[in-house]
Amino acid sequence: MLKVNDIDVYYGHIHALKGVSLNVEEGEIVTLIGANGAGKTTLLNTLSGLLRPKNGTIEYMGKSIVGLPAQQIVRDGIIHVPEGRRVFAEMTVEENLLLGAFLRKDSQQVKKDLEKVYEIFPRLEERKKQQSGTLSGGEQQMLAIGRALMSKPKLLLLDEPSMGLAPILVQTIFEIIQEINNDGTTVLLVEQNAHMALSIADRGYVIETGKVVISGTSKELQESELVREAYLGGA
Amino acid sequence: MEWLQQIINGISLGSIYALIALGYTMVYGIIKLINFAHGEVFMIGAFTGFVAIVHFELSFVPALIIAMFTCSVVGVLIERIAYKRLRESTRIAALITAIGMSLFIQYLFIYFRGAEPEAYPQDVLPERTLDIFGVKVSMQALLILFISIVLMILLQFIVQKTKIGRAMRAVSYDKDAARLMGINVDNTISATFAIGSALAGAAGVIFGIYYTKIDPLMGLIPGLKAFVAAVLGGIGIIPGAMVGGFILGIVETLVSAAGFSLFRDAAAFIILILILLFRPAGIFGKNTKEKV
Ligand SMILES: Nc1ncnc2c1ncn2[C@@H]1O[C@H](COP(=O)(O)OP(=O)(O)OP(=O)(O)O)[C@@H](O)[C@H]1O
Ligand SMILES: [Mg+2]
Repeated sequence: MLKVNDIDVYYGHIHALKGVSLNVEEGEIVTLIGANGAGKTTLLNTLSGLLRPKNGTIEYMGKSIVGLPAQQIVRDGIIHVPEGRRVFAEMTVEENLLLGAFLRKDSQQVKKDLEKVYEIFPRLEERKKQQSGTLSGGEQQMLAIGRALMSKPKLLLLDEPSMGLAPILVQTIFEIIQEINNDGTTVLLVEQNAHMALSIADRGYVIETGKVVISGTSKELQESELVREAYLGGA
Repeated sequence: MEWLQQIINGISLGSIYALIALGYTMVYGIIKLINFAHGEVFMIGAFTGFVAIVHFELSFVPALIIAMFTCSVVGVLIERIAYKRLRESTRIAALITAIGMSLFIQYLFIYFRGAEPEAYPQDVLPERTLDIFGVKVSMQALLILFISIVLMILLQFIVQKTKIGRAMRAVSYDKDAARLMGINVDNTISATFAIGSALAGAAGVIFGIYYTKIDPLMGLIPGLKAFVAAVLGGIGIIPGAMVGGFILGIVETLVSAAGFSLFRDAAAFIILILILLFRPAGIFGKNTKEKV
């Protein structure tokens, strides 16, 4: 579904991604693990068209998406839940969700999908008229994911959905990610919480200072020396 | 009763400031730029309305619509030609460009048609005085107020209830997050310029009818005052621009009614200084809310 081949991304002179390659097959959950500053967010921003790689190719469903404007990439079904949720704080919960459906013309189906999102996240329905900025961190994460679902993702990019959440909530969010995947959405999940991420992912990549250092099935990664020491607390 | 009449006059004058101030505040809200060429858009609106009424013999409403449309095109062109490429540059570079744009339009206009003023015909709107419970109110003042309020309600509707309005708000809060929703940021910024400029165009026609005299440099003072109104209400905040405009109009009218007509123009700038000293975020602004 997605083939990233040898991309380099720069911020001015900072070489943030150095020849990164990765692929995601339809129906999978693939996780990207790495420490602070490894380049995870940079990779997702490149996939969603906010950044442009200097070299390398990105193919999505058989065609190149390098250089496409972000709105075209959204239209093609790559939906990015950014780091730190980035909900529109001064707009209501429902307005945020409707923004997720910005490009859609099928207003009947949008209504149904809104109901579906409220079913998945009953909290959001209770708070639909509330300003999003006043939601708790966990609720904002639900909103960010709900908003992405409103865009009808084929490939969902999630940037650290567990960040700043209590363990019980992390559990809930990860269960929901799994459900979304079961419903047919492919997921690329960026996480620092390697333990949780590998528990739901089919495969994973580990990225360090802009390079993929190891990849494999979740099982292989859970058993690898490097991953255990650096990312699973050495257990 | 004398005072009541003055306040009504002040409100109509204020509605002109409010219409112009809305464009300043919307543009500031979305790209954080004080568009100093906005006063010139207002001037172009006044001249377009003049040509429509005098040369094409159109009545008020079609002239107003043509002026609004022309100004929205001019506003979009200004943004695309001068400001777009400066989006990532420093604020001061953009500000200087805006001032340059303002002067450029003024003198381009003078170059092609000369600097002499033009007089709006007197009979565009019915010029009668109504007597409402002993208060003498000019019909023009009421009509002007009515039209401005219709336009402001329309604007609120667009911003709050329509898709393009939602996109405008999203882009003004967080451009990258808006991109991730599939919003075309460039087009949304253009739409903001189009709408803000259309309102300035309407203000130009209304100004011409109210004050009858128009000239290529007429945008300067009302432009600055509308800017003060926008700051007074809280720059970037749409209801703020409306309220700021009305307050400024009323204050000015009362100052001249009290016999200090020489200080009329100074009043606006005294307000600006006071607001910057004591409440820089404006009436509606929350004090220093920083994005995380
Ligand atoms: N806008 C920017 N300008 C300059 N350098 C940047 C910018 N954004 C990121 N970087 C640099 O690029 C590198 C990768 O950053 P990135 O945000 O992709 O890391 P990350 O893996 O997402 O980290 P975290 O887990 O902390 O979110 C870092 O060294 C960072 O300092
Ligand atoms: Mg990151």
